Amino acid sequence: MADISKLTELAQQVRRDIVRMVYNVQSGHPGGSLGCTEFFVALYGNVLKHSPKPFKMEGKNQDLFFLSNGHISPVWYSVLARTGYFPVTELNTFRKLNTRLQGHPATHEGLPGIRIASGSLGQGMSVAIGAALAKRLDGDKRTVFCLTGDGELQEGQCWEAIMFAAHNKVDNLVVTVDWNGQQIDGSNEHVLSLGNLPAKWKAFGWDVLVLNEGNNLEAVIAMLRKARRRCGKGKPVVILMKTEMGYGVDFMQGTHKWHGKSPNQEQFDSAMKQLPQTTLGDY
Amino acid sequence: MKLDNIISSGTKATRDGFGAGLLELGHTNPKVVGLTADLMESLQMQHFQKEFPDRFFQVGIAEANMMGIAAGLATAGKIPFTGTFANFSTGRVYDQIRQSIAYSDKNVKICASHAGLTLGEDGATHQILEDIGMMRMLPGMTVINPCDFAQTKAATIAIAEHHGPVYLRFGRPAWPMFTDNLKFVIGKALHLASGKDVTIFATGHLVWTSIEAAKALAAEGISCEVINIHTIKPLDEEAILDSVSKTRAVVVAEEHQRNGGLGDAIANLLVHKMPVPMEYVGVKDSFGESGKPSELLDKYGLGKNDVIWAVKDVIDRKK
Ligand SMILES: Cc1ncc(C[n+]2csc(CCOP(=O)(O)OP(=O)(O)O)c2C)c(N)n1
Ligand SMILES: [Mg+2]
Repeated sequence: MADISKLTELAQQVRRDIVRMVYNVQSGHPGGSLGCTEFFVALYGNVLKHSPKPFKMEGKNQDLFFLSNGHISPVWYSVLARTGYFPVTELNTFRKLNTRLQGHPATHEGLPGIRIASGSLGQGMSVAIGAALAKRLDGDKRTVFCLTGDGELQEGQCWEAIMFAAHNKVDNLVVTVDWNGQQIDGSNEHVLSLGNLPAKWKAFGWDVLVLNEGNNLEAVIAMLRKARRRCGKGKPVVILMKTEMGYGVDFMQGTHKWHGKSPNQEQFDSAMKQLPQTTLGDY
Repeated sequence: MKLDNIISSGTKATRDGFGAGLLELGHTNPKVVGLTADLMESLQMQHFQKEFPDRFFQVGIAEANMMGIAAGLATAGKIPFTGTFANFSTGRVYDQIRQSIAYSDKNVKICASHAGLTLGEDGATHQILEDIGMMRMLPGMTVINPCDFAQTKAATIAIAEHHGPVYLRFGRPAWPMFTDNLKFVIGKALHLASGKDVTIFATGHLVWTSIEAAKALAAEGISCEVINIHTIKPLDEEAILDSVSKTRAVVVAEEHQRNGGLGDAIANLLVHKMPVPMEYVGVKDSFGESGKPSELLDKYGLGKNDVIWAVKDVIDRKK
């Protein structure tokens, strides 16, 4: 398990990767990716019991992770590459013809680390529940993790999944919500208010944890570990994780405008100045 | 019309044509209302929203709900135009469309952008290539896939006058404009160029590709009739049979699966009424992937050269 200073450096390199990948092909989703960098680094760098190589779809006796808000693929790809799933140099192929790093995560091209396609929102939690049920059937004690967007929770299927997981006591499941308050057309509040989110999840029968510091690496690690400790008690666990969209690049921070926009040359240079290279090196 | 006279006056996205058409409808038809599922600007609906905020509904990322709300608005005589990506306009909400809109005969206009491979880098999760098939199977559904900015604008305006459910499909990238001032009549094929060796029936973005192919073929002495089938359902059977009776060879070009699209619609007609050799330019039973639109069109066999080869093949088969 890497110490915090190593993981902090990894987080910075991941942010660099994200911006470089999106800039390189002038497409992709930097905002949510930057906001969820601590989450991915904490999960893959500290929390998950997983074996990147050889990657096995079944993931028996490993923790599993499913990304429901598939548009934040840049952060996931960077972290997968830098934790040993595939060569870091492959990040250079992001969104290009014939790549395994599709715009939205896919299994079709066989990219290690991915177990389901996502991109069409609202479907990932259901899949994570299925994988958690399978673990239960197999007597596999490991945990299934899932990340979903907050805007994504406007999809009805999410609430079908939320209801099912509580009813069926799927308590080997930790769902995290990227509670950045933003989506494409504006803030959640402006587009379609989510109302009292903690109260809603509670009313649906979940064990609800709120993390106010989703961009504080140590806090995210501690919260994910806590969530795992709360498993096995008859309730699925959700972490409502406050993050800032675009965190780490000042002009992208805290706005929906960088949800799916790529920086121009000048903006790119400014972002790179804010995210200096680390000893891990660029891809 | 002569092939040489068909020239591009620049490029604009078909979705911009939709946005312009919807804004115009806002002024001319008070029954028209708009809905979107967190993709207002991608569909260029912000122009309508700004002018007519009371007649516009942001439903959030909830496409199934949007289709139901649209159906409900239609029960009261409103003319709802829903706007999201083509994938989320069809596959995501097929049963809502089937039961609450098509079967219930509701006057809802399902307007779908980012259709097909030319969506580009977002990849296969978003590149729907089955939507024409799904929509044309629904009884009573009108299916329209315009080919450029002006035609999309004209189609948007025309469907408000037509009573009944409509699927209007358009795309993301800037694309050549060449149909300025041409009249749009739902269900009436647009005759673009006369020829005698083969008829190319094309829809959507591939109409321009087909024109370019026909020009190249003309230089080689092959004479192509080019017909734009913007309305896939109801199909202009008369125009199709008329042309085929003369050329006796058919190529169909579309940014869609070969299964279930315009090609199958025309094959279905010809197999009953006038069997002739026919070739498809379309995606061969596969999903798309990330890449630049032009690269993808080439890789998946939807480029100008693919149309040229299909024409040569079908002419060979005629002999
Ligand atoms: C079913 C579906 N509808 C619409 C979209 C288009 N879309 C992609 S991301 C997004 C916004 C998602 O908001 P949120 O989950 O909050 O993610 P964030 O913007 O915070 O990264 C939308 C509407 C989609 N991908 N899938
Ligand atoms: Mg969000």
